[in-house]
Amino acid sequence: MSRFKILALLPLAVALSGCNYVVLAPAGDIAAQQRDLVIISTVLMLLIVVPVMALTVLFAWRYRQSNSSARYEPDWDHSTKLELVIWSAPLLIIVCLGALTWMGTHLLDPYRNIGRIHAERPLDQSKAPLEVDVVALDWKWLFIYPDYGIATVNDLAAPVDRPINFHITASSVMNSFYVPALAGQIYAMPGMETSLHAVINHAGTYKGFSANYSGAGFSGMHFNFHGLDDKGFDAWIAQAKSAGGSLGRAEYLQLEKPSENEPVRRYGTVDADLYRLILNMCVETGKMCQSEMMAIDAKGGLGHEGVNNTLPLAYDKYARRGTVLGPEPTFVAGTCTPDAPQGQTTAAIKAPLDTAPLLGAGLKRPTFAPLKSSSFFLGQRPKSDS
Amino acid sequence: MSPDLLKLIFGRLGLDSLPLHEPILVATFVMVALGGGALFAGVTYFRLWGYLWREWFTTVDHKRIGIMYMILGIVMLLRGFADALMMRAQQALAFGGSDGFLPAHHYDQVFTAHGVIMIFFVAMPLVTGLMNYVVPLQIGARDVSFPFLNNFSFWMTVGGAVLVMASLFIGEFARTGWLAYPPLSNIGYSPDVGVDYYIWALQVAGVGTTLSGINLICTIVKLRCPGMTMMKMPVFTWTALCTNILIVASFPVLTVVLALLSLDRYVGTNFFTNDFGGSPMMYVNLIWIWGHPEVYILVLPAFGIFSEVTSTFSGKRLFGYTSMVYATVVITILSYLVWLHHFFTMGSGASVNSFFGITTMIISIPTGAKMFNWLFTMYRGRIRFELPMLWTIAFMLTFVLGGMTGVLLAVPPADFVLHNSLFLIAHFHNVIIGGVVFGAFAGINYWFPKAFGFKLDPFWGKLSFWFWVTGFYMAFMPLYVLGLMGVTRRLRVFDDPSLQIWFVIAAIGAGLVFLGILSMLMQFAVSFLRREQLKDVTGDPWDARTLEWATSSPPPDYNFAFTPVVHDNDAWWDMKRRGYQRPLTGFKPIHMPSSTGTGIILAGLATAMGFGLIWYIWWLAAASFIAMLAVGIGHTFNYHRDFDIPADDVIRTEDARTKLLAGVK
Repeated sequence: MSRFKILALLPLAVALSGCNYVVLAPAGDIAAQQRDLVIISTVLMLLIVVPVMALTVLFAWRYRQSNSSARYEPDWDHSTKLELVIWSAPLLIIVCLGALTWMGTHLLDPYRNIGRIHAERPLDQSKAPLEVDVVALDWKWLFIYPDYGIATVNDLAAPVDRPINFHITASSVMNSFYVPALAGQIYAMPGMETSLHAVINHAGTYKGFSANYSGAGFSGMHFNFHGLDDKGFDAWIAQAKSAGGSLGRAEYLQLEKPSENEPVRRYGTVDADLYRLILNMCVETGKMCQSEMMAIDAKGGLGHEGVNNTLPLAYDKYARRGTVLGPEPTFVAGTCTPDAPQGQTTAAIKAPLDTAPLLGAGLKRPTFAPLKSSSFFLGQRPKSDS
Repeated sequence: MSPDLLKLIFGRLGLDSLPLHEPILVATFVMVALGGGALFAGVTYFRLWGYLWREWFTTVDHKRIGIMYMILGIVMLLRGFADALMMRAQQALAFGGSDGFLPAHHYDQVFTAHGVIMIFFVAMPLVTGLMNYVVPLQIGARDVSFPFLNNFSFWMTVGGAVLVMASLFIGEFARTGWLAYPPLSNIGYSPDVGVDYYIWALQVAGVGTTLSGINLICTIVKLRCPGMTMMKMPVFTWTALCTNILIVASFPVLTVVLALLSLDRYVGTNFFTNDFGGSPMMYVNLIWIWGHPEVYILVLPAFGIFSEVTSTFSGKRLFGYTSMVYATVVITILSYLVWLHHFFTMGSGASVNSFFGITTMIISIPTGAKMFNWLFTMYRGRIRFELPMLWTIAFMLTFVLGGMTGVLLAVPPADFVLHNSLFLIAHFHNVIIGGVVFGAFAGINYWFPKAFGFKLDPFWGKLSFWFWVTGFYMAFMPLYVLGLMGVTRRLRVFDDPSLQIWFVIAAIGAGLVFLGILSMLMQFAVSFLRREQLKDVTGDPWDARTLEWATSSPPPDYNFAFTPVVHDNDAWWDMKRRGYQRPLTGFKPIHMPSSTGTGIILAGLATAMGFGLIWYIWWLAAASFIAMLAVGIGHTFNYHRDFDIPADDVIRTEDARTKLLAGVK
């Protein structure tokens, strides 16, 4: 069968030359380190896989029935030495691979700030990283550049050798943000934020897309990622600025509606608070932001009164969000505060970041005095401790 | 009729639910209807309904139930593979502005159905069928612990399959991918019946799987013949035991997670919604806490089959029986500690990711030990290259590749660049086809003569083997390559024309596999026609080693006239060596369970209830639920549960065999 296999692999070998193996030849340092891990791990495993495959073929051939010259020991079924080798050889390889995994996973953690620009170039601390907010929409990508006040749809750019910090979320369903040339992927999830730290080392235009199936328009959900020199990047920003359009909450709600194969769009100005609102799922006026909800819950919640703090859901992306036997769909209404008497979302309130249960290790939980719900008047409560 | 009345009677089912506008589906329906009609007419013409009902549908004989599971698996393989061909064709065509021939609405159902069918209704029935058939024979038992439950389990599995098939022609199937991640699978983004078909098909079939797991555990623990201690059990029985423990421990998780999803979809709870504190991440965790053990549920019995086959066809004891058993147990336990490797990219911290990455790698140690054990079983053996052995060698060469790419994907940073890519698709087809499917085919070729009394035709078998193996490599090696080019899964159309050649090669590979499947069907047909030439009267055509070969082929209803006594882990080999003489006298009546129609009726009602819930036909759901309770309670009043095969019948059966055996010698 090995002969057949070689025949089957032949066309692959021929075509190997002409293609773009972006995973094996990326243009960003993070992806390059991930590529290195792919190759090192493969080589480590080949140390055992190749002998096993060779022995399989060898034993199958040598001990075939017609070969009566080969030794036949029908009762030989145990050898302590051999068993030791059998268990310890894979064990040794896994020990090496495990160590590599532990280090690699921590060093290449997408949440971690990058430690270098390139294998030979250290990080230039004076250069501020480029911040990009990424939102996966049905079915297109929105990129917001908070430092430049612009936004684009399905077009992403970054200057070569400048660290990029991505903040990633989604509007409705799960997607995965992936630019193979730049760095590995990370899920984009609604109401949650993931991050990715990366850098691009070579100028060029690379493909980016969603790597997690998200519905009918999924195939068309791709964009170009441009690695540009500083001048080119400034020009790219300027191009967006001159495009004119502005992206506010109303425009976003229009944009958010499902659409397929969207062309590139540029917005010269963007609501500075928009990304935070998207992340907290409160772009719609009058809806309570997740962070605010979590801040209230952290203080003990609204109790029974909270049940009344909902309004019928009027906006809708699809036909109907309610269920056949359930109640009419609702949403949690924003609360009135002195800053925002109309029940507008209040930007300042953030959920306290409490990581104690995760880190454990003897850390004391911050003390939150639970308020009695009956005495809970929203206008009078103490300032949030975020 | 008023719309309200129509809604009361038909729920959301209407004429527009029938996919009359989809020519592919209409043509399929016509073909299925013609085929089904011909089958129905044939059975009616030859007056086989009574026979089928009495001897097969209501049987509690583990052997017949095992065979029915295999038939279900093979029939569903044809459906699942038709989906695969459509996907390969779509991806090979949809280049350069072409939209292919499948719209998103259809294509997305096809890849979801492909995954669901192949795992739940092909791999599971094949594996369960082999366990059902072989395990009681291997441990010298007359049936499983709970024969009625066995029949019921089978029909529940069929009920799930029926619901999936119904979705093809009534309404639609889920368009979510085979694990139906929310929020996409929640009511807001999948308001139609697709996900409901998914949920109820799996819930109905899941009941069957769980009960069958309990049944086989009890059987293995309680019904072993005298002398067969745990460490004298055949390895296939060991793997079956571990697999069923996995089933019993993990399927309830699936049941619960699907129940929570259905609460979200039916009554507006918020377990997995974006709003109101729901967490879709919880679903992903829960479904993989079931999903990863599921992988081992499928592959462990395959490992058992390869152990039996290697030892038999090398004419040699299995090397390292004890370490093989411990390896199996270690895999069983570890399979619960690795689920997170399916979503490293969800953004857990580095410590969590590396923990799960390393536990995953650790599984490769016992798996590697198993591989070496098979290798050293072949060493100093006398290897006969019969079909089961060919499949085993193909498995050994293929599975190490799949295992290697699997460990590679367990390195989180490597997973970040390969996750959800076609590399991943190639990997899991590499282990599931190379492991489970090759294992099932090895098992079918190995135990077929036991079940039917004649071997399978080797010519068509070898043809099928070579088509499958070359087809597999041609279909999936290009996907590894495409994965390294950063091509992601579940795409319907492509822009980059340079990729097309790889998809064309993969499609040709799928075509070869198709020929492999056709050859296999030919193999069954030809073997049936040549059954006189391929006949085996000894009951032991392969000079095998375990107890199932000690009885006749096919075995009598009662399996063994006398319960065997075991002294060695290759029990039958040991008996043959010590010059075992078949007892010819002293037969006694044998106590056996009676057939019952309750299982098929209950499963039919459960399926009807599922259908009612899917389409919001509440009266149907309620009525079938109440009927299920009534039939279930009614069955407790059935006092005709067992009977004795009279000693005369046993004597007649055994004498017939004595004559046959004398004819050989």
